[in-house]
Amino acid sequence: MPKVLIAAGCDLLGGGLEWRPGKSRYFKYVSSQALVELRDVNFAYDSRPVLKGINMTFPKGRLIAIMGLSGCGKTTILRHISGVLKPTRGQVKIDGQIIHELDREGLYAMRRKMGMLFQFGALFTDMTVYDNVAFQMREHTDLPENIIHDLVMMKLHAVGLFGTQDLMPTELSGGMARRVALARTIALDPMLILYDEPFAGLDPISLTVVGQLIRRLNNALGATSIIVTHDVQESLKIVDYVYFVSDGAIIAEGTAEDIKASGEAFVRQFVHGEMDGPIPFHYPDGDYRQDLNVRV
Amino acid sequence: MPVLKNIKAIGHRSVDAVWRLGYATRFFLMTLVYSGASFRRFSLTVREMFFTGVMSLIIILVAGTFVGMVLGLQGYETLKRYGSESALGSLVALSLVRELGPVLAALLFASRAGSAMTAEIGLMKATEQIDAMEIMAVNPIARVVAPRFWAGVISMPLLAALFSALGVFGGYVVGVVLIGVDEGSFWSQMQAAVDFQHDIMNGVLKSVVFGVAVTAISLFEGYDAPPTAEGVSGATTRTVVESSLAILILDFILTAFMFRGS
Amino acid sequence: MERTTLDLWVGAFVVAGIAALVILAMKVGNLSTYNVSDTYQLDAYFTNVGGLKPKASIKSAGVLVGRVTGISLDTNRYEAKVTMSIDQRYQFPKDTFASILTSGLLGEQYIGLSPGGDDKMLKNGDELKHTQSAMVLENMIGRFLYDKAAAGSNSK
Repeated sequence: MPKVLIAAGCDLLGGGLEWRPGKSRYFKYVSSQALVELRDVNFAYDSRPVLKGINMTFPKGRLIAIMGLSGCGKTTILRHISGVLKPTRGQVKIDGQIIHELDREGLYAMRRKMGMLFQFGALFTDMTVYDNVAFQMREHTDLPENIIHDLVMMKLHAVGLFGTQDLMPTELSGGMARRVALARTIALDPMLILYDEPFAGLDPISLTVVGQLIRRLNNALGATSIIVTHDVQESLKIVDYVYFVSDGAIIAEGTAEDIKASGEAFVRQFVHGEMDGPIPFHYPDGDYRQDLNVRV
Repeated sequence: MPVLKNIKAIGHRSVDAVWRLGYATRFFLMTLVYSGASFRRFSLTVREMFFTGVMSLIIILVAGTFVGMVLGLQGYETLKRYGSESALGSLVALSLVRELGPVLAALLFASRAGSAMTAEIGLMKATEQIDAMEIMAVNPIARVVAPRFWAGVISMPLLAALFSALGVFGGYVVGVVLIGVDEGSFWSQMQAAVDFQHDIMNGVLKSVVFGVAVTAISLFEGYDAPPTAEGVSGATTRTVVESSLAILILDFILTAFMFRGS
Repeated sequence: MERTTLDLWVGAFVVAGIAALVILAMKVGNLSTYNVSDTYQLDAYFTNVGGLKPKASIKSAGVLVGRVTGISLDTNRYEAKVTMSIDQRYQFPKDTFASILTSGLLGEQYIGLSPGGDDKMLKNGDELKHTQSAMVLENMIGRFLYDKAAAGSNSK
């Protein structure tokens, strides 16, 4: 079954179509088939509140972005979804199951249906590209090596890196490493894919490539993808829905169009990259002129 | 008051150290509990044995030979005064098999293989490879830590035996070949003095204990290292220092138990 | 390809390590002279075992024939009961003498067996009737002084 899906995905990719919003029917935000649900999630780190009453819904088959400044809590949300952190209050449900109440077995069973792409890839540096992509197949399945070989080659081809299988991760460029990590993430055709800053540190070409791959793979696998990022331009090109997080709370949400046309001051400052606005330029700590003893 | 601050700081550090020791013990127990995969998929352990054992061979072999040679030289000089040069064989062999073999091999192992393991695991943690493994539903302790632990424990007595054997050879070369001690008495007195169970097996037991201690410390420091450059480098230094102290302290305790009233 | 070379190296390493252990055991230690052969038990009672320890050697005519396996106090006779393990190859007559000797002047103590002339041999579990205890230094000095004193008074 996975082979068929990937074959279908390859057709899509081989067709050379570039996906743009508006060309699909994913416009209307449907909340009835939620794969991931966050209900009133609160989280505090050593009595410092990080998440304050987060409510989010991620329907099946959609590509949703969580945006915000560094340190606003978006990576913490991702960690809650992957089960690494437990909320101090509230619920995180994946496919109907409350993930932080599962025991180790249940958590691992859930994680086998998830894929996560880490910032900068997190490839295993002591293995070749082939072994990295084959890792999950070898650990979780009993597939014979020749089938694993075919699957690995297909995944690598899907991200456009067929031929690199014998290279070591240290021999790859940043963009290539990110794509190999992507191939590894989708190795077992997960139903939920999490992306932690997938666009960080990439050149313009790689940015578009990774963005398009994320979208196409989401469509080809019928999966749900959640991207945590602060790269506005790239993400708005490919997402169905956006959540804006600031200081641990959701301050705006909507489709890509809604966000671009938003009147909300913070969203405007973020999307247009303005220097000053609700997020001030100056660190709020007293008057500079007073420090220099300059008379006003 | 600066004095009060210092006392507070010391108190803090002590509580921290005890807390860390507890965490380290739990980590060690988890390593043991999740060791099944290291044996069912023995190729993982074999691979680690290559990086810890085989790569340490050169330093062990060279050091062993030279330590034996020095023992031969110094031993001869001292025994000559009491007219007991023929006892050189027993001197070299007993010193090596009982003490120097296990202890020095363990110290060298800690500096070479131990620090390498710490750095490797520390970097894996810093580059999120451990987290990636967790998210991929692969237990990182079973897959990464436990095979390295068993590789260290298996390699250590082998390295200590090689160290002792080469040391005896080095002592032979210096004592008999170069200086001219009688070959027959060298070997016969040695064989009379060294008891298999009492000396050799105790030496092996010591090296196994050292192997457990050094490997456990190296793996824990790597796993617990802060994910920064300074963090990892501090962790490797701590590994070597803590392992060395552990080896010497354990050596005293084990020697007291084993060779009491011999 | 990488896998098999690695296995080869590790295998060679393990073989070398075990070989080193075996060499240490055989050439350096005394494993080869260990009595792995069959042994039979003999008992002997001494008034004083001195510094004799378990696993001490038992020699006859200077040749190692066995080892002491146990030393205990017999509460019936209030003498030390020494259990000995003798190599099957060596049979001793029933009137063999067992004495506790010291190797060298201040070395460790061992049991020396001097055979008598009896036709019948000792069997497994038998007891050696003739024993000589260890020489205790204090007793020897005491006797020496006593003898000296006696000789002195005699000459008067």
